[in-house]
Amino acid sequence: MWSLFTHPMSLFAQAGTYVFPNEKNELQWGILIVLYPYLTGLVAGAFILASLVRVFKADAVKPTYRLALLTALAFLICAPLPLVGHLGHPERAYEIMFTPHATSAMAIFGFVYLWYLMAVLLLEVYFDYRKDMVLAAQKSGMIMKCAYTLFTLGVKDLSPKALEFDEKAGRFLTIIGIPSAVLLHGYVGFIFGSLKGNPWWSSVLMPLIFLLSAIVSGIAMVFVIWMATTWFRKQKLDIKCANAIGRYLMFALVFDLTLETLDIVHRIYEAGESLEILRLLSSGYLYYTIFIVQLFLGGIVPLIVLAVMQAAKMSDAVRIRYYFVLALMVQIGVFTMRWNVVIGGQLFSKTLLGLTTYKLELIGKEGFLIFLTVLSLPFVILFVLTKILPPWEDHEENDSLQGKAAVLAG
Amino acid sequence: MTPEEKPGENTMTRTDFLASAAKSAVLIGLGAGGYASFNSLTSKLAKRKLTPVRGYPNSTWYSMAIDITTCIGCGKCVEACCTENDVPPEHFRTWVERYVVKNNGEVLIDSPEGGKNGFPDDIPESDIAKSFFMPKMCNHCDESPCIQVCPVGATFLSPEGVVLVDYEYCIGCCYCIQSCPYGSRFWNPKRHTADKCTLCYHRITKGKLPACVEVCPVKARIFGNLADPNSEISKFCRDNAVMTLKPHLKTGAKVFYKGLTKEAV
Repeated sequence: MWSLFTHPMSLFAQAGTYVFPNEKNELQWGILIVLYPYLTGLVAGAFILASLVRVFKADAVKPTYRLALLTALAFLICAPLPLVGHLGHPERAYEIMFTPHATSAMAIFGFVYLWYLMAVLLLEVYFDYRKDMVLAAQKSGMIMKCAYTLFTLGVKDLSPKALEFDEKAGRFLTIIGIPSAVLLHGYVGFIFGSLKGNPWWSSVLMPLIFLLSAIVSGIAMVFVIWMATTWFRKQKLDIKCANAIGRYLMFALVFDLTLETLDIVHRIYEAGESLEILRLLSSGYLYYTIFIVQLFLGGIVPLIVLAVMQAAKMSDAVRIRYYFVLALMVQIGVFTMRWNVVIGGQLFSKTLLGLTTYKLELIGKEGFLIFLTVLSLPFVILFVLTKILPPWEDHEENDSLQGKAAVLAG
Repeated sequence: MTPEEKPGENTMTRTDFLASAAKSAVLIGLGAGGYASFNSLTSKLAKRKLTPVRGYPNSTWYSMAIDITTCIGCGKCVEACCTENDVPPEHFRTWVERYVVKNNGEVLIDSPEGGKNGFPDDIPESDIAKSFFMPKMCNHCDESPCIQVCPVGATFLSPEGVVLVDYEYCIGCCYCIQSCPYGSRFWNPKRHTADKCTLCYHRITKGKLPACVEVCPVKARIFGNLADPNSEISKFCRDNAVMTLKPHLKTGAKVFYKGLTKEAV
């Protein structure tokens, strides 16, 4: 099979290196497992951004509230795909739910996932959109009318009391949703952080680092999608909202970078048995992806530019361009962080005396094309979701007006 | 009273009083119950004895001891294991490592083909301070990280103390392979599941020896029941200074090595 990408092992192979014979074959976890924490991170981050509006009353970012909810939903729907796709026996995947092994960190994923999808996100979207769906059902064609009625679960009551209940239920769900989002992604970090056999992963900071980087990536992803869709819809971008998101992104980056740096400093200062091999790894294989892309281009540069932008005077158009590029850089940085954790954690032998190698293939079960497909799928789902449940504020205003007119006419 | 409040708004009716009294009673009850259960838990914990090394849970507790000072690195054990267990090419349930400590202190470690075909005579004897061979395999840990992480319980500890994989049940997530600190597990490309040494479970349950033990020409591998004080392995572990690999990880590894030195990983 044509290999798309190979870590240049031969460059770093040196006399005295030794890897266990079973480690000379393929790495166990490939690019699909890199995608898994990336996707769940986006879910958690997007939800946290949505919760800023609902729970923390950050009204400036209200234009992104519904988009953030739908983004979280679209990415959550796709989150298990890379996991199931990677399994040797995907047809047995249901066993995780039916016969979970109590001591396994991975076994809880199904339940955390279902809780978050069914008890938090779907319900919150339901309560948030119920009024819109009832109104939309009134003016849609036959098929969509049936669909919207089905989505409302037949509850057509638009009385002030019912709407107030929707609002209260939505707020309550967001309050539950914040610890759930933290649990979802902190838990993903725990899957890696709790393995004592792997010194690159084994760290109590891992769940926190995953969580903070998730918040960073989620905010940045909603930011990018919101700017892009506003531009495509030829609407004017709410610069106050953009500035507010930029500020939140900056704060999230401060915490994220602090933790990532703490992790590195701690490892170096502690100088444990794995220091030598990790130093070899990070100065060779992973030098560009850790120091240049993840920390510098994906962290330090966006943080500095965002900080300068808080004080600098610049036109709205320039500001928006900066935000767009910075959010993309952050996005790439967080994806690279996932790569550095998942692939990086397997690039050295458990002998701690040698490096292994990773080959990314173009075609195949865990190839680059499958990766691209799974990565694109949430965007397709989000596109469909925005058609069924428009998240735009301008649309909402029009809709509400039409809805009011319809109610009055009725 | 502020001007907005109506007279009598602050007075408590009998119903209000009863309701708040009931709430308080429930809260006090919950608090007292919680305190009592916390107390009983702490007293239970305080009574728990510290047992640094536990005994064998069953009367049969199989394991293996390996004598590094005896092994000649012929690779017969690797060959026998691969044949007996239909191990896929390039994968190993057991393998032999060669350690060569040179006069200048440098340590060379290798295991070409898992040591199946022996080792080449490629280092000048005058450069060598000491050398030894070290067979490796699954350590059948009592507190095994692989069993802990398996999400469906497909990896389990048998009543005889052998760590096994249920190939019909394994979903192939590879979490166990990642968690094993000894590199003993591998991905079986034929079965699409995790795979590893079973101590030849199909043989030992019929009273036979594991294939690697049976073919060893120098008796470097000793198999037996640790729970039987008269077994060969119990005597071996009693009479010799034995050590397990990576003891700091507290995996409860129970493959015991005689002659383990600081160079070995």
